[in-house]
Amino acid sequence: MGAMPKQEIADEEGYSFAYLDEQTKRMIRRCILKAVAVPGYQVPFGGREMPLPYGWGTGGMQVTASIIGRDDTLKVIDQGADDTTNAVNIRRFFARVAGAPTTEATAEASIVQTRHRVPEDPLREGQIIVYQVPQPEPLRPLEPREIECRKMHAYKEYGLMQVSLYEDIARFGEIATSYSYPVMVNDRFLMSPTPIPKFDNPKMDDFPALQLFGAGREKRIYAVPPYTKVKSLDFDDHPFAVQQWEEDCALCGAEETFLDEVILDDKGGKMYVCSDSHYCARRRAEGHRGYLSEGAAEAYAAAVGADAGGANADEEA
Amino acid sequence: MYVAVKGGEQAILNSHKLVAEERRGDPAVPELSMAQIKEQMQLAVDRVMTEGSLYDRDLAALAIKQAQGDLMEAIFLLRAYRTTLTRFGETLPIDSAAMAVRRRISATYKDLPGGQVLGPSYDYTHRLLDFALAAEDGVGEPQAACAERPVEAAVPRVTDILNHEGLIEEEIALNDEVPVGDLTREPLRFPAGRDLRLQNLARGDEGFLLALGYSTQRGYGRNHPFAGEIRLGEVAVEFVPEELGFAIEIGEITVTECQMINQFAGSAERPPQFTRGYGLSFGHCERKTMAMALVDRALRARELDESIEYPAQDEEFVLYHSDSVEASGFVQHLKLPHYVDFQSELQLIRSLRRRHDRDRKEAAE
Repeated sequence: MGAMPKQEIADEEGYSFAYLDEQTKRMIRRCILKAVAVPGYQVPFGGREMPLPYGWGTGGMQVTASIIGRDDTLKVIDQGADDTTNAVNIRRFFARVAGAPTTEATAEASIVQTRHRVPEDPLREGQIIVYQVPQPEPLRPLEPREIECRKMHAYKEYGLMQVSLYEDIARFGEIATSYSYPVMVNDRFLMSPTPIPKFDNPKMDDFPALQLFGAGREKRIYAVPPYTKVKSLDFDDHPFAVQQWEEDCALCGAEETFLDEVILDDKGGKMYVCSDSHYCARRRAEGHRGYLSEGAAEAYAAAVGADAGGANADEEA
Repeated sequence: MYVAVKGGEQAILNSHKLVAEERRGDPAVPELSMAQIKEQMQLAVDRVMTEGSLYDRDLAALAIKQAQGDLMEAIFLLRAYRTTLTRFGETLPIDSAAMAVRRRISATYKDLPGGQVLGPSYDYTHRLLDFALAAEDGVGEPQAACAERPVEAAVPRVTDILNHEGLIEEEIALNDEVPVGDLTREPLRFPAGRDLRLQNLARGDEGFLLALGYSTQRGYGRNHPFAGEIRLGEVAVEFVPEELGFAIEIGEITVTECQMINQFAGSAERPPQFTRGYGLSFGHCERKTMAMALVDRALRARELDESIEYPAQDEEFVLYHSDSVEASGFVQHLKLPHYVDFQSELQLIRSLRRRHDRDRKEAAE
């Protein structure tokens, strides 16, 4: 965690460093410590109203605001990309209220705040990844009542979830959950990995970095400490498997990444590109080429109306 | 197209400029001043203060102006400001019996100590558009006639009058041992005490509470309400600074209070008696306080051993969904990109369709 800020008032007049007042940050840090001590357990916390709407990352922002210090470098991604509007907005917020240096390079960041993805580049010890959580309760789709859900966690009574997965297999022949795929943490607590695609679930297991989860609207914080066992639920005869694509990234040729489908025209033309924009840009800078190679950047730019050169990713640092 | 939301800082900044331009509207029309909003859109200011849970008419007026009159957005602005304020402590409970009453009506007694005071109310207006208000030179300075005698100094609460006969349950006595919860500092936990419930309802969306209150009247949790009393006026706010050790008056606020009187058949332990539902708001929010009182009473079902069968009686359902800031944020977050999840679902549905086709082909063979 970053050092305590020496200076209470940030550059933004009238607000405390990193927006939240010191008492609130202290309260949230206590909750984080408790969450780290009981991996996967949802710790209720006195979530505050943030100047961004609920559902847009207020939980992750409160966690980040509580741990960020003057020495930290922040990366914010949404859907794996640094350039989506919400990621840009949250990065701007911390640059404004905490004067934080920001980066798009996963390796350079001490804190990565994310929505819906785990970066493709592996994180290392000492880094912290903060997930924005819309719904912390993995059992909620099966049991709307909070009191009941808390009992089920207390008794480690997760049969309902296993039955639900089994029903999927009976109906569809496979488990029909492609994101928010439930995991067991440390063989004790059932946990929602947040709406990351199940493609990212295996990365969470034995992860060298600290994983923190903040749910603002539902006012819960949970955590997975480094090198903790995180297992996606499955059955012996239906083992957990991640998504696979028949194609590689059209821009950088990556074979083992999560790919976004980019529609090129209204006649079914499409291409696949890495959802992790920094990972893809770094590979291209290193000389990797996808099957669309030379024409790819132009095709991509035409489709998304953006600069797809992308090799120079540090524009804000 | 999903990827269209990829776009950077410049798009956001340009969007803000567009908002500013639209907010200002036609520059030929004079700009709205905060004083005008504060003075001439008082009920909007009152609602924003109540649901924004911050008593500050100037800031509420600013929020309304900034939000182009979108009250939910204004409430959100005020909440986001409120959350940064330091909490000094808690005031003494306000004494609504000592209110400087401007309006006070009871639907349960024709005449009662303190009298009925109609005060400012839309209740008996004919809802005909008043074209005089549309006149360019305005309506001048309308003046209401002065009453022949002032409102009586002591206006006892109707529930206190009933209490003398023991016909209504006792008000829950203030217990200094148990501190009053604060859901802006601590997360809501269930079962929630009445303190947290009333806080939640006071901040809750008026439309949501109105619909729930209405549902209890139509039979989804019926509990025979009477508007025992509704009063509007100014009350003193008292605070005990630690260094003084005694209460000092730190200001005056306008509040609306509604005491609903409801039937209760009694149980093995308790004789039949009336029960209470309570509503309170900043400013003049009568509809809100009445709805709040109905929902408060409905939510006491567990405490009063009534069967819980309807949405308005369901504590988790009501308290988790009442907050417009939470609801509006989460509903509207659907505007954010979800293309990773959507891509995952695309993969899944393609795989399921392949399996479906294969199974059908096998079945046909």
